Amino acid sequence: MAAVKQKAIVSSITVRFAGDSGDGMQLTGDQFADTTAVMGNDFSTLPDFPAEIRAPAGTLPGVSSFQIQFSNSIIYTPGDTADVLITMNPAALKVNLNTIKKGGLIIVNENTFNEMGLRRANWQANPLTDQTLKDFQVLKVPLSDLTKNALKDHPLKLTEVERCKNFFALGMMFWLYDRELEHTVDWIQKKFAKRPEMVAANITALKAGYNYADIAELLATQYHVEKTGLEPGTYRKIMGNEAAAIGFVTAATLAGKTLFYGSYPITPASSILEGLAHYKHFGVKTFQAEDEIAAIGAAIGASFGGALGMTGTSGPGMCLKAEALNLAIMAELPLVVIDVQRAGPSTGMPTKTEQADLLQALFGRNGESPVAIVAPKTPSDCFDMALEAVRIAVKYMTPVIYLSEGYLATAAEPWKLPDLDKLPKIEISHPKAGAGAFFPYQRDPGTLARPWAIPGTPGLEHRIGGLSKADLTGNVSYDPENNQKMVNLRAEKIRRIAKDIPDLAVRGPESGKLLVLGWGGTYGAIYQAVTDLTAEGKKISHAHLNYLNPFPGNIERVLKSFETILIPELNMGHLALVLRGKFSGVKIIGLNKVEGHPFKVAEVVKKIRELL
Amino acid sequence: MSPAETQSQLPYNKENFVSGQEVRWCPGCGDYAILATAQRMLAKFDIPRSNYVFVSGIGCSSRFPYYMNTYGFHTIHGRAPTIATGLKCVNPDLVVWVITGDGDGLSIGGNHLVHCMRRNIDLNILLVNNQIYGLTKGQYSPTSEMGKITKSTPMGSIDYPINALCIAIASEATFIARTLDTDPMHMSYVMERAMKHKGVSFVEIYQNCIIFNDKAFGPVTGRETREDRMVYLEDGKPLVFGKRKEKAVRLKGLQPEVVELSAVKDPSELMIHHEKDSTPHYAYLLTQMTYPEMPVPFGVFRAIGRPTYDEMMENQIRDSVKKRGKGTVKDLIYGAETWTVT
Repeated sequence: MAAVKQKAIVSSITVRFAGDSGDGMQLTGDQFADTTAVMGNDFSTLPDFPAEIRAPAGTLPGVSSFQIQFSNSIIYTPGDTADVLITMNPAALKVNLNTIKKGGLIIVNENTFNEMGLRRANWQANPLTDQTLKDFQVLKVPLSDLTKNALKDHPLKLTEVERCKNFFALGMMFWLYDRELEHTVDWIQKKFAKRPEMVAANITALKAGYNYADIAELLATQYHVEKTGLEPGTYRKIMGNEAAAIGFVTAATLAGKTLFYGSYPITPASSILEGLAHYKHFGVKTFQAEDEIAAIGAAIGASFGGALGMTGTSGPGMCLKAEALNLAIMAELPLVVIDVQRAGPSTGMPTKTEQADLLQALFGRNGESPVAIVAPKTPSDCFDMALEAVRIAVKYMTPVIYLSEGYLATAAEPWKLPDLDKLPKIEISHPKAGAGAFFPYQRDPGTLARPWAIPGTPGLEHRIGGLSKADLTGNVSYDPENNQKMVNLRAEKIRRIAKDIPDLAVRGPESGKLLVLGWGGTYGAIYQAVTDLTAEGKKISHAHLNYLNPFPGNIERVLKSFETILIPELNMGHLALVLRGKFSGVKIIGLNKVEGHPFKVAEVVKKIRELL
Repeated sequence: MSPAETQSQLPYNKENFVSGQEVRWCPGCGDYAILATAQRMLAKFDIPRSNYVFVSGIGCSSRFPYYMNTYGFHTIHGRAPTIATGLKCVNPDLVVWVITGDGDGLSIGGNHLVHCMRRNIDLNILLVNNQIYGLTKGQYSPTSEMGKITKSTPMGSIDYPINALCIAIASEATFIARTLDTDPMHMSYVMERAMKHKGVSFVEIYQNCIIFNDKAFGPVTGRETREDRMVYLEDGKPLVFGKRKEKAVRLKGLQPEVVELSAVKDPSELMIHHEKDSTPHYAYLLTQMTYPEMPVPFGVFRAIGRPTYDEMMENQIRDSVKKRGKGTVKDLIYGAETWTVT
């Protein structure tokens, strides 16, 4: 029997799993997150994987990682640096050395640190035997051998045995952080229901890992994180793209509309198309188009036909959709365009996050072409903003760009499920033939929206198109004054949305020295940074934009209430440029990064300290 | 906008389909005949005017929807098939027409045309081919003959032209036809067949651009020569043509050849037109009959039955609802693994 080990209570832990693309690290991380959720902790995850599906085994480009922070209190980020790093091979160690905090624990699969493994990962010397890891605690575990040994009586092929080692590693983590095995055992049973031998092997590996950690002398302490004081309610684990898909189907259902989603597969937006394709029993029509242009074209056609037309893509696809988006602006049809931003320019880093499509969303079209823009700030907020995007699109007869981010798309967190009775109503009315002639560009005096007359409605036959439109009739018109008027009307229509969205809320003092202003997925890092510094007694405030066009009605007043505005954004200063142009006399300082990763809390903290 | 009349009663006449917007094609443009034929043809049906939608791209012929007193959408260059696809998918009861040209459909929008045909979406596509870019004032088009001298090709074009019907056949369009702007009766017949066909219908219309490419088809369709250089296809019948119907087409190996009917002893030697051939080989062979070696075929090249994309989309939804029950917001949000915090 091993000596009785200590149990330490800690407030927050960050774990990082890293291995080859084929090692199942995302799955392992997901299982850890699921169990953490069920055990009542708040958490936030950061999957980090290469664009290549299976780069050569053991090489640096093939490393796939998954980070999770969980805590006894509410947390907002997946953690700056890991307390413990599990690496399945030398490449994973090399790629992730800068992700672990000094003094942290590194668990390595010792079996892979052989000559070939080291060579593939470009290690000149074995990092386990020289001074490379002197700043860390290192636990060398022959994971492959231990897994093989645990499964020696199982009727599996050697390659299949080898694939069970991620469950061994997961089992070790479950012991180290005092997690229950039950949830993952259930999952394995369901997942491999048709292969009982795989069920047995994976469960055996999981338990063997758990027991190994229990008796390993180097793991002297087991850590326990108490339940988080989450608000009472029903929760589920949610990723951003999943929340978006659910949100858009909810919106369509609330509006009583068919959701038509035209899309061309592109990282990191594809999972929205895949998700929606499973909702056919909601009447959802998904259309995998031949290209990005066809995807938006079909969505515009669907909107013209009276459905909720939507398309989704990432930056390169946004470039291709620009002309068609302008058609929807000119035709004044409702449309939602999802842009899950990724690191650019051009093909860039497809699986890495960025926020550098903001200026493109605002201005990347010919002519005067204002469009509404919303941006979710957390994975679960992707649901709320989906409802907003649809509400605005149909109420104002306008395209809405939904600017999500690669980070939000795949990051997971607990989502407190909304009360169904409190979901907003989305009301749509379509005109019917009246006594007089029908005018397709006769606007609602309040919203300036034109009527949404559906083909098939008798008596409302009309023609629309991309040529300049005469007021009221929508007929082709090259009249100079009419063109000016129509440009003004379309701009005013978008401006009026400002009265129909929440004011920009300020957390912290309403005025003062410094406001940290963010938008989209930087929310977590900014929130945590401001919270930490406030706890130190610093007087700073935080505001976060969900609406990028139009801005909330009170934004000018908020900006002018502070001496300095710090804008952290994952681009080289898009929001800063816009706000400087719009509001003179406001002192704006940027914190900018385009490294493909979200901000770390420490980066934001450091910048704020510089400014105080 | 149509005048005071908002909804006329059936039966229709041609005027009911005239939108009242001023037609802005050049005097003598072949598009006038196409427009008038379409208006006259639609008036023959009992389908409410409000059930038609004309969708177009960019180019002279793409102004077509403005002149039809139906629903219409004048979209962007080359993309009409995509917009029509989305429209038909959400509103399958509509009769959706796509009006495109040789530049719009075969150049900038070639990709969409191919994919909308292979999906067999129930659309009626009229490709108005005048072998020139008219609206941009006279550059060569993808269907212009090699060596074409235009403003953008002062020494002659060095592009091999594309054959619209070959593209349609390769894309497995289920209805493929060719007609011409100077034969309203034939045009009307082909349009009517196209509309009645369930699935994608692709019709190439030889059209004369009087300003930039006048008489491009003259050697084939001209008054003096047409009987010898055109052959009208009739299902189940031999390809007979000539002023006195004295010539026909026969297959020699894989090559069609012209024969004098008087010299044919066994009529079974003649090539017989089959619209419904299950394979596309024969229809493809017809597309290769070009001036001056062969008479140019007009009529329905191919007409086959195949489930449409829009109906299969509806079927999947119906099957899914049947299997899983109609989805509710509650299932959607709460229907995953959840946990409760008290």
